[in-house]
Amino acid sequence: MEYTPNIVGFACQWCTYAGADLAGNLRCKYPPTIKLIRVPCSGRVKPEFILDALAKGADGVLVGGCHFGDCHYKDGNRKTANRMILLKKMIADMGFEPKRFRLEWISGAEGQKFADVVSEFTEELIKLGPNTIVEENAA
Amino acid sequence: MSKIGVYVCHCGENIAGVVDVEDVRQYAEQLDGVTVTRRNLFMCSDPGQEMIRQDIASGLVDRVVVAACTPRTHEPIFRTTLEKAGLNKYLFEMANIRDQGSWVHAHDKYGATAKAKRIVASAVGKAANLHPLEDKFVDVTPAALVIGGGVAGIFSALELAKMGHKVYLVEKQPSIGGAMAMLDKTFPTNDCSACILTPVMVEAANHPNIELLTCSEVADVNGYIGNFNVRIRKNQTYVDWNKCTGCGACAEACPVRTANEFNGGMDHRGAAYIHFPQAVPKKAVVDMSVCINCAGRKLGTEPRISKKTGQPVLAACEKACPSGAIDRSHHLPAEGTLRDIEVGVIIVATGYQVMEKENFPEYAPDSPNVITALQMERLISATGPTGGKLLRPSDHRKPRTISFVSCVGSRDVRHHTYCSRVCCMYMIKQARLIKEKYPDIRIFMHVIDVRAPGKDFDEYYTRARDMGITFVKGKVGGMEILPADQVRVLGYDVDLGSNIEVDADMVVLASAMEQPPTAKLLARKIGLSFDGAGFFKELHPKLKPVETAVEGVFLAGCCQGPKDIPDTVSQAKGAAAAAAIPLCQGKVRIDPTISEVDTEKCSGCGICTPLCPYNAIVLKTYSGRPRAMIDITQCKGCGVCTAACPSAAILLHGYTDVQILSQIAALTRAA
Repeated sequence: MEYTPNIVGFACQWCTYAGADLAGNLRCKYPPTIKLIRVPCSGRVKPEFILDALAKGADGVLVGGCHFGDCHYKDGNRKTANRMILLKKMIADMGFEPKRFRLEWISGAEGQKFADVVSEFTEELIKLGPNTIVEENAA
Repeated sequence: MSKIGVYVCHCGENIAGVVDVEDVRQYAEQLDGVTVTRRNLFMCSDPGQEMIRQDIASGLVDRVVVAACTPRTHEPIFRTTLEKAGLNKYLFEMANIRDQGSWVHAHDKYGATAKAKRIVASAVGKAANLHPLEDKFVDVTPAALVIGGGVAGIFSALELAKMGHKVYLVEKQPSIGGAMAMLDKTFPTNDCSACILTPVMVEAANHPNIELLTCSEVADVNGYIGNFNVRIRKNQTYVDWNKCTGCGACAEACPVRTANEFNGGMDHRGAAYIHFPQAVPKKAVVDMSVCINCAGRKLGTEPRISKKTGQPVLAACEKACPSGAIDRSHHLPAEGTLRDIEVGVIIVATGYQVMEKENFPEYAPDSPNVITALQMERLISATGPTGGKLLRPSDHRKPRTISFVSCVGSRDVRHHTYCSRVCCMYMIKQARLIKEKYPDIRIFMHVIDVRAPGKDFDEYYTRARDMGITFVKGKVGGMEILPADQVRVLGYDVDLGSNIEVDADMVVLASAMEQPPTAKLLARKIGLSFDGAGFFKELHPKLKPVETAVEGVFLAGCCQGPKDIPDTVSQAKGAAAAAAIPLCQGKVRIDPTISEVDTEKCSGCGICTPLCPYNAIVLKTYSGRPRAMIDITQCKGCGVCTAACPSAAILLHGYTDVQILSQIAALTRAA
C-alpha cells in the first residue's frame, strides 16, 4: 500500500487553528495527513508532547502559532520559538530526523498558507519515508 | 468508566458528501468508553440537539463528542445543549471533520474518512479525561471606553450614554469629527456633511454621561472584560483649555505658516491653531514642532522685560489671548499627562487613512493638480481653502477638464486587493456637485466598473450620466505632466477597444482606504488581530461582526473594513448594543479553562512567575514554603506556565497534560 504520512499538529486556537478553518471555508485542497490538536496558545505545547508523538510513531509533528507581534497572549509564541530551538537539537540526538518537526507561524487570515504548509510538509515526509523508530525499538 | 456519546453530523451534504459518516459512526462504536453512537443530518438543529438531550436524560451518556464543524463557532451551542440537559457543559468535545476534513479533502474521500476517524478517536480520548468545571463571575466596572472620535466613535458613545452608561470618548486630534468632518456633502442625498454631523458632535460633547478626552491617546490597556485598566495620555496642547474660549485670536496672531492637514495641505495654519472652524471642543492648541519661538525665550522661562517699555516681551499667541490661556512661562511636560481610567468594555473606532498620491509614481504625483479625492472634498467645501470655489492648486484658476480615476490602490495586486467600497459613489458625488455648479466643466470618470449597490445609489449614478458626466470604462495606465500645468491621462476605453488620452486641468485619484500604521501599536496593547486586508478582525464575518477575539472589546466603523457613513453608523450602534450587554448584566463570566496550581506538587521554584504575560502568578508562603498562586481574574488560560512547570504542578483546565497525551495516543494508534 502507498505510504501516507501521519502528521500530528498542535495549533493555537487564535491563529493556526483559525487559519485551518479558513482553509476549509476557502475550500483549499491539501492531503488528509494532518490532524490538529487545538491548544489555546502554541506556548501551551510542552516539548515533551512533540517527542511523545514522534516516539509513538507519528511521521511528522507540526506546531503552529501566531506571527510575532500577533500573539493573543502578548508573547506566548516567542516563548514557543525559544523552546523549540532547544527541542530541535534534542530531536536529532534522540534519533529522529529533524525534518519530521516543523514550527510554523500561520495567522487566522492565512488559509491558503496552512494548506500549502501541509502539502509541502507531506511531500517532504513522503521523501523521508515512514518513522520507523517504534519498530526499531521493538526489535 | 465514562459513558461517551459520539454524534456524527452529516451537515447536509457538506460532510456526508465526502466522508462516509456511517463508517465513522461504526468506528466510534468500538472506541474505549463509548456507549452511544448516532448520526443526524444536522446535529446543531433542534432534533439533533434533542437527540443528545434525550441520551443524557436517560443516563446513557455522561460525556459528549460531536463530530461536525469547528468548535470555534459551534462549541458554545452544544455546551448549552449539555447545560440544558443537566450535564456539566465542559464535558463536551468537538471533532472538526468539516472545516478541517470534508471541505479540504473533497478530492480524497477515502483519506477524508480515515482522517475523520482519527479525529473522532482523538476527541473521544480527550472526552474520557474531561472534568466538570464551574464558571465564576466577577463584577463589571460600569463604564465604557470608545477609542476614536469619528462618526463611528461618536455614535457608539452617544448610544451607550443614552442607555445610561458612563463613556470616555478618546480622540487623538484636538476635535472630534474624524474624516466625516472633512467631507463636503454626502451621497446619495447631497446632505451637507457638517450640517448633519456638527449637531451630533455637540450632542456628544454636552451629554452628561460622556467625558470627551481629545488630544488624547491610549497608552496602555490591561485587564479583561468587565475590568479593563486603561492608561490615557493627554498630549500637550500648551493651552490651558479651562481658560481657552476658542476665539481664535492666537491662531490669527501666530506668525508661523505651516501646511494645514485638515485642508489636505492646500492652505496654511499657524503653530497656534484651531483644528477646524466647527471643532468640538473648540479649543486652540500650539504645535511645538513648528513653533518658531517668536518671543525668543525657552518654554518654561520668565519673559524678558523690555528696556523701552518696561513691559514683559510676550510671544504673539500669549499677547493675543484675551483669557490668559497661553502662558509660556509654565513648564509644561512635552510628553503630556497620564491618567488611568477603569472601564468594563472598549469600543475601537479608529477609522482609516487614504493612500497618499506619492504611492503611485505612475500617476504624476509631482503635479500639484493631481489630488486625492479627500483633497477634492476640501476644495469644494465652503469651509475649505478656497471657500468652496473650485480652483486648481497650481494657479488658482478654474479648471475646464477634470479626470477622475477610480480604484487607485484598491483592487490592485500591487497595493490592496480589496474594494474600498465608497470610491465609486464619492467620485460620482463630487462630479455631480461640480457639474451642478459649473456645467461647462468637462468631467471624465475612468472606472473599471461602477459599484453602486446601496439604497438609492444606482439612481444617483444614473442621474450623473444624465447630467453629461462621461464614464470611461477602463484602467488608467499612466499620466504625463504637460506644459501649462495640465496632466495627460493615458487611459483605455473598453467600449472603443482602444487607448484614449485626456488632457486634464485637474486629476482626482480615488485612492484606497487603508488601515493606518498606528493601528498595529493599538492592536498590540489590546490584543486585537488583523484580517488579510490589514483591518481589525471581527469574531465572525457574518454573525459576530462587531465582536472581537478579545472579550469585551468591540469594533465600529472603517477600522474593521472600508464602509460608507450609513454602514458605519449602523455598525457603531450595533457595537454599542453589544458592548451594553456586559454593562447591563453587571457581572461577567470568568472562563474556567484557566490554569491552577497544585500546591502539593509545586516546589516553589518560581520558573513560572516571570513567564506569565499578565503577571497573574505570585509566590506565596504556604505551609512555611513558597508556592505559586494564580489570580483567576488575571489568568487568561494561555498555558505558557503549564508547559514550563518542571514539576507538572500547573494544570490548565480543558487542556491538561493527560487530555493532550490521550489525544496524541489516539492520533498515533495503528489504524
